[in-house]
Amino acid sequence: MADAEDQVIVGLEVHCQLDTKSKLFCGCDTDYRSDGPNTHVCPICLGLPGAMPSLNKKAIQYAMKVAKALNCEVLEESEFSRKNYFYPDLDKAYQITQYDKPLAEGGYLEIESDEGGERKIRLTRIHVEEDPGRLVHMGNVERGKYSLVDYNRAGIPLIEIVSEPDMRSPKEARKFLNKLRATLEYLSVFDSEKEGSLRVDANISIKGHERVEVKNITSYKGVEKALLFEVTRQKNLIRRGQRIERETRHYLEARGVTQSARSKEMENDYRYFPEPDLRPLRVKSWVDGIVLPELPDARRERFIAQYGCSLNHARTLTGELKLANFFEKVVAADPKNLSTLASTWIADTLIGELNYRDMNLDKVNIEGFTDLINLLKDDTITDKSGVEILRETLDRIKNNLPYETPLEIMNRLNIRKIVHLSGCGNTVSSASGNLTVGPNPILQAISEVLIEQPKAIEDYNEGKKGAFNFLIGQVMKKTRGCADPADLNRMLTEALKKREA
Amino acid sequence: MPVHTITFEPDDRYNAFLTVCKKPVHTEGKLAGVAVAVKDNISTMGIETTCASKILKGYVPPYDAHVVGLLKQAGAAIAGKTNMDEFGMGTTTENSAYGPTLNPCDTGRVPGGSSGGSAAAVASGMVRMALGTDTGGSIRCPAAFCGIVGLKPSYGRVSRYGLIAYANSLEQIGPMGKTVSDVSTLMNVIAGYDRHDTTSRNKPYTHTPVADIKGLKIGIPQEYFGQGVDAQVAAVVKKAIGRLEELGATTVPCSIPSMEYALAAYYVTCTCEASSNLARFDGVRYGPAADTKKSWHDAYQEVRSAAFGTEVRRRIMLGTFALSSGYYGKYYAKAQVARENIKADFNRIFADVDVIAGPTMPTIAFKLKEKSDPLSMYLADILTVPANLAGIPAISVPCGKAEGMPVGLQIMGRMFEDERVVDVAYAYEQAVI
Repeated sequence: MADAEDQVIVGLEVHCQLDTKSKLFCGCDTDYRSDGPNTHVCPICLGLPGAMPSLNKKAIQYAMKVAKALNCEVLEESEFSRKNYFYPDLDKAYQITQYDKPLAEGGYLEIESDEGGERKIRLTRIHVEEDPGRLVHMGNVERGKYSLVDYNRAGIPLIEIVSEPDMRSPKEARKFLNKLRATLEYLSVFDSEKEGSLRVDANISIKGHERVEVKNITSYKGVEKALLFEVTRQKNLIRRGQRIERETRHYLEARGVTQSARSKEMENDYRYFPEPDLRPLRVKSWVDGIVLPELPDARRERFIAQYGCSLNHARTLTGELKLANFFEKVVAADPKNLSTLASTWIADTLIGELNYRDMNLDKVNIEGFTDLINLLKDDTITDKSGVEILRETLDRIKNNLPYETPLEIMNRLNIRKIVHLSGCGNTVSSASGNLTVGPNPILQAISEVLIEQPKAIEDYNEGKKGAFNFLIGQVMKKTRGCADPADLNRMLTEALKKREA
Repeated sequence: MPVHTITFEPDDRYNAFLTVCKKPVHTEGKLAGVAVAVKDNISTMGIETTCASKILKGYVPPYDAHVVGLLKQAGAAIAGKTNMDEFGMGTTTENSAYGPTLNPCDTGRVPGGSSGGSAAAVASGMVRMALGTDTGGSIRCPAAFCGIVGLKPSYGRVSRYGLIAYANSLEQIGPMGKTVSDVSTLMNVIAGYDRHDTTSRNKPYTHTPVADIKGLKIGIPQEYFGQGVDAQVAAVVKKAIGRLEELGATTVPCSIPSMEYALAAYYVTCTCEASSNLARFDGVRYGPAADTKKSWHDAYQEVRSAAFGTEVRRRIMLGTFALSSGYYGKYYAKAQVARENIKADFNRIFADVDVIAGPTMPTIAFKLKEKSDPLSMYLADILTVPANLAGIPAISVPCGKAEGMPVGLQIMGRMFEDERVVDVAYAYEQAVI
């Protein structure tokens, strides 16, 4: 595929924290986020004089799992190097990383391209390195009185995954990241929910122009936003006939813009040299022993084949490990009858409702959700009531109210589906055998509406199409969504016919 | 285990100690109650450890170096921390921020360096044994200058964990003592694998010196008796080698052509590694508090300029330059090639001989302030750096005097054959007692 004249070209460098129990070069516990500053430290990760690194084998195994899953070639011999630079969060004044002999090279990750279908994004390399500490600024970075240093993060194992400049839009970059996240989570080596567990530097250029490096992107959404900003900025410059500088820019998350880094920061000469305190790494032979779990692509295909999910639903469901697991648990009891409903309700409805509330899937009770899907399957509630019950359930969780089952909510809100039994003027509830006999509320609502809306009936009789829908809406309102739309349609048509007659 | 206390109140006329522990405790063991001095670049929990630098003034490590833990387990009493060239950078112990150590054999002369304090403490009898560190001769040089025994172990034989790094790929902690037996005893305690130092090897040292060297083949490299080596020193050492022949050893002349590049390879390697190792001393966590009115970058500059001594700053600058973009290949990478050549030369020679012998230092101890220009000081390391570049064991044992000052006989051995160089030194020592 030949690139267009103003084709956007994107390459990513993704830093992910590996979810090991202890740090990369010492035994300190990595689970530091809920503890006070400088509580998960020792002479090694504090870089105290005389302390030496000793490599955490687990971190290398995790990184190699990733390398294997991403089809990379693990090198016969790799090596740790020192990246020397001064910064207050860097306790040794060098970062132990890998430079000219990374753990693995090559490989690729498949994403859904903007044109549809799968596309391979080639990878350059994967290497292992330590995370530096963290600065906490008192007030504004520029004007604050002082900054504090927290070394809890220092020494957390990171992998850096470097892609080739194979992405063609900010959206593809986002898809790459999402796919990468999913893959890492399937491998159980990464927890995307931990704050700061992923950081991205992006290289972006417009074909034929200099490239710009955007640093400091710390969220999945941020990548697309930062790159969109850059595309606009760079295209505007080109349109005005200006030159694009090859430079490093910082992404300012709060403002959604990129800003040129001060030149002083760019003059860093990292003076790499092999870390003399660690011996070269010869681990290629471990690759054969690594057994990979089912990865997102395979699971997606299985969801299509086994559950009859649509491609889009399967893609969405398998795009997050938790979501995929959630789906399989919901349908487990009756896959044949629940799969189609559940995939739609999870991929389309649940995700939207969760996002709207900024809620996590973990909060959702699987049994409760399964009950809801069963109520829908049994025709006990309409789709509209299903949404209402779901929203109520999520709101109750969000507001820390006691748990109610979907059935309880349905009864409390009195939104059981109204079933019209033809030939009978009465309503009988379906399922659960809970019979209520009385005047048919749908017919009652229709007759009320026909009295209340003479103007609409006039319009209807004159053949205005909108009038019928308006009347339907009025009846719906009166029955609070509990009527089956098909029933309603038929009964209203009959009622109007009778009136004419 | 019962804990005992000894009293240690030495009359330190030589400025050998930076810190004296007056009432050190000890337990039972091989070294029960033996006062051992520890060079000030080896971390000691609760005892100030400065590397003889202002930038570490007041730094009290919260942990013990691996070897210090081993000493304590063996019952030794840590008697104090000894003076040294700042961060080990020097050959005289004059580069200490806390004043030079004097040579107990002649207080007008230097004790050698950089483990000059440890050597003087042993030579003057204040302690029976001491730990030194040897990056390019820092144990063997002061041992030779002060007339004691000092061993640089094979690289990896002793854990470096807790040794405040100067040049990681070259240095080793090693024992110093009045006699070969003491050195061997101390080596028994400190050697062995440590999981905290992944460059350490599982090669424990469990040896008692044996004086029998019949049939031993000794290589005599011509470079060790060539240009720059004082004639009197050479004569004393040749006589000592003659003594070894009398004990049943045979000598074979040999050559180490790569020695031409040894000093360059050594100084490039050690300055590069030092520039990185010492970068962490920025005034934030150690040393005088930074002037917080300045931005961090300027504050670092101010602290580092003021608190490091001249020689340390010189080596940091040299190393920073040599590692700079575009120069790595010209310097550091080339120095590593030269190291490989030196190793190859040693391997070739050791195919024919069991040990290599020569002078430890090309001269006797310098007069104080005699070596004022850095280059002539660097040249004095020519006979000691090859062992560090190759990683092989080397020992210095007193072998007589020149101009009334001690001269050291250096024995170098095959990788991990520390026992053999100890035996040769022991055989010599026993023959001349």
